[in-house]
Amino acid sequence: MSEIAVKVQDLVVKMGEHTALYDINFEVEKSSFLSIVGPNGAGKTTLLKAILGILKPTNGKVHVFEEPAHKAKPGQIGYISQTKQLDRTFPALAIELVSTGLTRRWPWFISKDLKTKALEALKDIGASHLAYKSVGKLSGGELQRVLLARALIGRPELIVLDEPATGIDAVGEADMYLLLERFQKKYGSTVLMITHDLNAVCHLCSHVLILNQKQIGFGPRSEALNDENLRRAFGHVGHHHGMLWQVAPHKCDGCCNE
Amino acid sequence: MTGVVMSEILSLPFMQRALIAGILVSLLAGYYGVFVVQRKLSFLGNGLAHATFGGVALAMLVGMEPLTVALPFTVFASIGITSVRRNTALGSDTVIGIFFAISMALGIVFLALREDYATDAFAYLFGSILAVSNADVWVTLVMVVLSLLTLPIWGRWSYSTFDTELAEVDRVKVARDDYLLSVLIAVTVVVAVKVMGIVLVTAYLVVPAASARLISRTFSMMTITSVAFGIGSTILGLIASYHLDLPSGAMIVLVQSGIFIVCLPFSRG
Repeated sequence: MSEIAVKVQDLVVKMGEHTALYDINFEVEKSSFLSIVGPNGAGKTTLLKAILGILKPTNGKVHVFEEPAHKAKPGQIGYISQTKQLDRTFPALAIELVSTGLTRRWPWFISKDLKTKALEALKDIGASHLAYKSVGKLSGGELQRVLLARALIGRPELIVLDEPATGIDAVGEADMYLLLERFQKKYGSTVLMITHDLNAVCHLCSHVLILNQKQIGFGPRSEALNDENLRRAFGHVGHHHGMLWQVAPHKCDGCCNE
Repeated sequence: MTGVVMSEILSLPFMQRALIAGILVSLLAGYYGVFVVQRKLSFLGNGLAHATFGGVALAMLVGMEPLTVALPFTVFASIGITSVRRNTALGSDTVIGIFFAISMALGIVFLALREDYATDAFAYLFGSILAVSNADVWVTLVMVVLSLLTLPIWGRWSYSTFDTELAEVDRVKVARDDYLLSVLIAVTVVVAVKVMGIVLVTAYLVVPAASARLISRTFSMMTITSVAFGIGSTILGLIASYHLDLPSGAMIVLVQSGIFIVCLPFSRG
């Protein structure tokens, strides 16, 4: 029997009078790659915060590696937030930001040992040249790479990404997915990713969770990602070769095999 | 020349107290100011200074030592601001503005209730090196020692200043740390009021840190530079204040502003 990395049971999250999430039940096996898909306001980030243990559910349980989510050890989770949320005015070098993935504190100075590890993490993703660049001067794609190095430096068992493609160009996005896939295969990490990019879902993910406040569909990509679930979540389905995604004819596997 | 000026100033007990208190206060304000500036809470210094005014006015009304009332009054206001900011959808500027207005209104009412005209309130409004007592120096010294004890927290405060969410995911107790920081900033404002005055005390928290931000590439360098600018501007400002017989707070702010202008062309990302 496969080990479970994330287990969500009867999750309900209310924000005042508003119910952000309800009726959420799923389990993610270790080494799976789960995409969380849904329209804006569907509660995707809220769900991610509950899994990260920084948002207390109103009802239900969230377990990460068999511990309540808020008790999961910080080193077990590598988190990549949306780059647009980060404070680019904060005076910091890329190498300092990467080092926080190990120290979980901002460094007064970087010790020799920490410097070696941070440089190695940057080298692994082909970004050694960014080490001494100011965070405020990094492009969207460069910052995403640095954040990836930061998230992966401690070789976490669970990697959580919140719309990692926001603010980066197509080439940068493809690069990032490639690096992520390579890391996941090498270390067998479990990946949870919120994305609007259904092509990326088709090519990367083993499982999909479709969400619109409640759980619309969950399962292996080829089962969960279908017209009916997408229609229920988004109210419509993108046309074949259209903007939203490519489906041929009704299952994701069709497009991935094209 | 400078040596003669310094030896003259250091021979005067009130100047000794002003210099020691000023240097200690600028050390505190430079240290906490980097968080105020990077968290975009520059208006906080103003809000807390006016809370101090409310506390000082209340102390004058009831005939107590001003700092003993101003300290809890300002700390309470700071915790209130942090609590409302964290638990409502209101912006920081709005919350600080509300506390600012309440404190100011209370201060005016307290002063109006006094039968005699409160001329001593001017020392608190504009700062006076003559007003610095031995007790003020000791209180400030205790604050510096307490702040030294918080040095291990600097890394956590800095991390959550950069990104609250990343810090929370890494199990930093952001809420607890925020409350502690807000209390320490409040105490710093109260002890700085004697030297700087209520009107200008916010400059102590903002200007050296902002100047340091302009020329620093790392947050640790910004912190060290901010403290250095704070101390340097206090010494120069107090000397100028003594020789020109002008208010100490205003002179210190003018020196700080000069440093800021000099740093502007060297602005780094």
